[in-house]
Amino acid sequence: MIKFFLMVNKQGQTRLSKYYEHVEINKRTLLETEVIKSCLSRSNEQCSFIEYKDFKLIYQQYAALFIVVGVNDTENEMAIYEFVHNFVEVLDEYFSRVIIHNGGICCYIFVHIHNVTI
Amino acid sequence: MPAVSKGDGMRGLAVFISDIRNCKSKEAEIKRINKELANIRSKFKGDKALDGYSKKKYVCKLLFIFLLGHDIDFGHMEAVNLLSSNKYTEKQIGYLFISVLVNSNSELIRLINNAIKNDLASRNPTFMCLALHCIANVGSREMGEAFAADIPRILVAGDSMDSVKQSAALCLLRLYKASPDLVPMGEWTARVVHLLNDQHMGVVTAAVSLITCLCKKNPDDFKTCISLAVSRLSRIVSSASTDLQDYTYYFVPAPWLSVKLLRLLQCYPPPEDAAVKGRLVECLETVLNKAQEPPKSKKVQHSNAKNAILFETISLIIHYDSEPNLLVRACNQLGQFLQHRETNLRYLALESMCMLASSEFSHEAVKTHIDTVINALKTERDVSVRQRAADLLYAMCDRSNAKQIVSEMLRYLETADYAIREEIVLKVAILAEKYAVDYSWYVDTILNLIRIAGDYVSEEVWYRVLQIVTNRDDVQGYAAKTVFEALQAPACHENMVKVGGYILGEFGNLIAGDPRSSPPVQFSLLHSKFHLCSVATRALLLSTYIKFINLFPETKATIQGVLRAGSQLRNADVELQQRAVEYLTLSSVASTDVLATVLEEMPPFPERESSILAKLKRKKGPGAGSALDDGRRDPSSNDINGGVEPTPSTVSTPSPSADLLGLRAAPPPAAPPAPASAGNLLVDVFSDGPPAQPSLGPTPEQAFLSELEPPAPESPMALLADPAPAADPGPEDIGPPIPEADDLLNKFVCKNNGVLFENQLLQIGVKSEFRQNLGRMYLFYGNKTSVQFQNFSPTVVHPGDLQTQLAVQTKRVAAQVDGGAQVQQVLNIECLRDFLTPPLLSVRFRYGGAPQSLTLKLPVTINKFFQPTEMAAQDFFQRWKQLSLPLQEAQKIFKANHPMDAEVTKAKLLGFGSALLDNVDPNPENFVGAGIIQTKALQVGCLLRLEPNAQAQMYRLTLRTSKEPVSRHLCELLAQQF
Repeated sequence: MIKFFLMVNKQGQTRLSKYYEHVEINKRTLLETEVIKSCLSRSNEQCSFIEYKDFKLIYQQYAALFIVVGVNDTENEMAIYEFVHNFVEVLDEYFSRVIIHNGGICCYIFVHIHNVTI
Repeated sequence: MPAVSKGDGMRGLAVFISDIRNCKSKEAEIKRINKELANIRSKFKGDKALDGYSKKKYVCKLLFIFLLGHDIDFGHMEAVNLLSSNKYTEKQIGYLFISVLVNSNSELIRLINNAIKNDLASRNPTFMCLALHCIANVGSREMGEAFAADIPRILVAGDSMDSVKQSAALCLLRLYKASPDLVPMGEWTARVVHLLNDQHMGVVTAAVSLITCLCKKNPDDFKTCISLAVSRLSRIVSSASTDLQDYTYYFVPAPWLSVKLLRLLQCYPPPEDAAVKGRLVECLETVLNKAQEPPKSKKVQHSNAKNAILFETISLIIHYDSEPNLLVRACNQLGQFLQHRETNLRYLALESMCMLASSEFSHEAVKTHIDTVINALKTERDVSVRQRAADLLYAMCDRSNAKQIVSEMLRYLETADYAIREEIVLKVAILAEKYAVDYSWYVDTILNLIRIAGDYVSEEVWYRVLQIVTNRDDVQGYAAKTVFEALQAPACHENMVKVGGYILGEFGNLIAGDPRSSPPVQFSLLHSKFHLCSVATRALLLSTYIKFINLFPETKATIQGVLRAGSQLRNADVELQQRAVEYLTLSSVASTDVLATVLEEMPPFPERESSILAKLKRKKGPGAGSALDDGRRDPSSNDINGGVEPTPSTVSTPSPSADLLGLRAAPPPAAPPAPASAGNLLVDVFSDGPPAQPSLGPTPEQAFLSELEPPAPESPMALLADPAPAADPGPEDIGPPIPEADDLLNKFVCKNNGVLFENQLLQIGVKSEFRQNLGRMYLFYGNKTSVQFQNFSPTVVHPGDLQTQLAVQTKRVAAQVDGGAQVQQVLNIECLRDFLTPPLLSVRFRYGGAPQSLTLKLPVTINKFFQPTEMAAQDFFQRWKQLSLPLQEAQKIFKANHPMDAEVTKAKLLGFGSALLDNVDPNPENFVGAGIIQTKALQVGCLLRLEPNAQAQMYRLTLRTSKEPVSRHLCELLAQQF
């Protein structure tokens, strides 16, 4: 089960966050900082799954943008990993390449109007 | 449809955004925003009514400003107005604003709910979808209450469009996750299952997610989904790579739907119907076959999608654990991945194989990959992959390969990451013990562990090796020899000194024959480490020295010299000083015989579950402790009650340093900590000795001290043997409780001893102790006058159903109480099942010819039968979630009646009976506790959380228990204490 979905740039700024379980607002910032820190410290040789507290992070990097999904431990890692790519392809198609660069508002709108729940 | 991104209508928005982007400084940006806010404000306030387009544009700008991180305090009304527009783009922006910036303004909520209601009823699919998305995005309880009943109807209505059904399913899922109680089950559940047959794959995908979540609570209601899921899965896996058109992802048909279907099937045991099962097995075989086929595309996306299905298939095969053929095939497939160039695949293969190792059918097959796994442990560059490899080695270990695996893990330990060293140490210790053929190998292994990673060897590990050496006389000589050799290293870890000190103190005589390890040599070797060690270790060594005096009388003079030295006798540490003084005196005054008896070799420890295993389980949570009892993917292993928690190992592991002297004949039975012990924190008004604790396992200190106490007034056995018949007078015989009875009762919720009642004539004191579901209470009736009380008769009455819930045996007391005298009454109490009202205590007597009567509430409340339970944060949260039925939770928010002091609160909670769990609540100000209420008929697991708010002088108290009235009752009891 997906717990949260984040898009964070290399500078550590969150460009998009969507939580599927309640997390208090002030704890979100902390969580996002730690999450991006653990992603940035990984090299290409390492796998795309990180055990973090009581859940798993699955991430993919697109240029300067990380997409990180937090899941519980019964989730299928590979399915989520590929889902992230699918999501990016859909964004790409939908916004014709404009948006990946900006990351921000349009993705937000996109996620909201389509209620990306999986 | 992408109206916003193209910006077709809203040039003003595009201009504003590019203005912001072009701002050179933060100040310029703020200036521009303030200008825009002023503009929007004036437009909204203006006399001229705005058209829908302008409203949309301004609301959009506000939204953008909000997303830039600025507060927005107006515009909500305009956004709500947009909801009733008939134009899609306007409605959409309205909903977007509401979803992002909803606040709990009740007036607005009503308007919003109204708009949603209209849209849901509109039969316009796009409007319905917008409304459903809004409900899901907000997902609040209020929304749930308003719409949870409508959504199932939309979901199963024959005339709903596919996109609406899809949104309805996801919306319902969201509401169900947020507040399960709001989603009513009903005849629609059967129809939801049939959505698995829907033509539209999107609907099927949404429905599977919903069913997977719902069926966890009510598996039987959704049982029919098994055959439907199998046939849907079968159609997908056997379809050609292009059959499913839009749902084909890089030549893989519907990968995510397949994964979801396979996951749904894991909620159930294998299908009973042979035809269904046959079809399913065929599917699983097809997936395994396809993994061997050449890829249809070179793209990584193709193989990733394919492998996602493969891993989920293997999960299902492991879950069923009944098809040897499939299990072995799965293992072979994973074996191929172990050497794949993709790190992700190696990681996942190791992870899945770990599960396979626990199946009897595939254990042997997994073992064939041992060399590859060992190689992974050595060469993988990614620590998380190495950790998986270590896990797998642990899981595949058995008697045949234990020596190889243990030695590899020991070698790995030298270079392992610090983060996982402790876990590896625990695993090595467990494997070495579990599969030890000869115990000299075991001793070698543990000593190696201490040598390589002494800092990570926890107490449990070295306690355990001492227990095993003590219990097995065939290995004692070898152990003594080995530790002696190990101690000769110039620098050795303190844990080695502890083990060495203990073993030589017990069995040093076994190697004393060799002149190289003669008693003086042993002593000087140990003493050479003494000054470098911590206080605890030095204390242990002092005990070793006194044991040496018994073992080797020739060392007596030297050792007495050491004990007599000022650095010992006047040591600043009380423990060391006391030991030195006592041991010195013992060695000088006691005869050889006495010394030999007191310092006798330790008796064998009782066999019990390895405390190391318990520690590993605690560390990793359920699932990682032992591969054999791994219930990670088994939904049936959910333990709701939390009643079978192993006793904390701090109790079950006797501390060798405390035991070394053998002051007591045998270690105490593994008793749970005494629930009454917390009462010590509170003022004890009675001074006449602690209550006798015949059945509790006392700590050595307590046991030692209790012998010094005068004997309890009456032998506990005598009390049990002759109980007075509990002759309850009918309730009509006694008066109602006195008005202050409730307040008096409340004083005793968190403590067991004190004055229950006092007036000019009489004082009633209480002392009580409770253990499990039993309790004993001493009531002391003091005559404060100088005149004798006549016909004195205290009785206990059970009002209502209490008779069946609580058994109280009372002993009769003397009918006369002299002036100034005190009589004692003993009550034996047994809790049969949970109860809400306390029993009544009715006291009647004649004072100076006038009849007196008094009815009090006996301070016996359900929380007295609490047994504290320690648990790790993870377990706590898991249990907390399991107790999520609305009736299982009771919550109270209340004003503090006493000053809010954390220490006092802590003492009260401990007195209440629950264990206090540290580091569970992320907020250190909060208190979290857990315990089990023990009654004869059942156990009730309780979790509690108390959140003080010092600013508001308020508390919020939440109780969750497995039994509904108990939550409420405990909540009320406890809330009155603060």
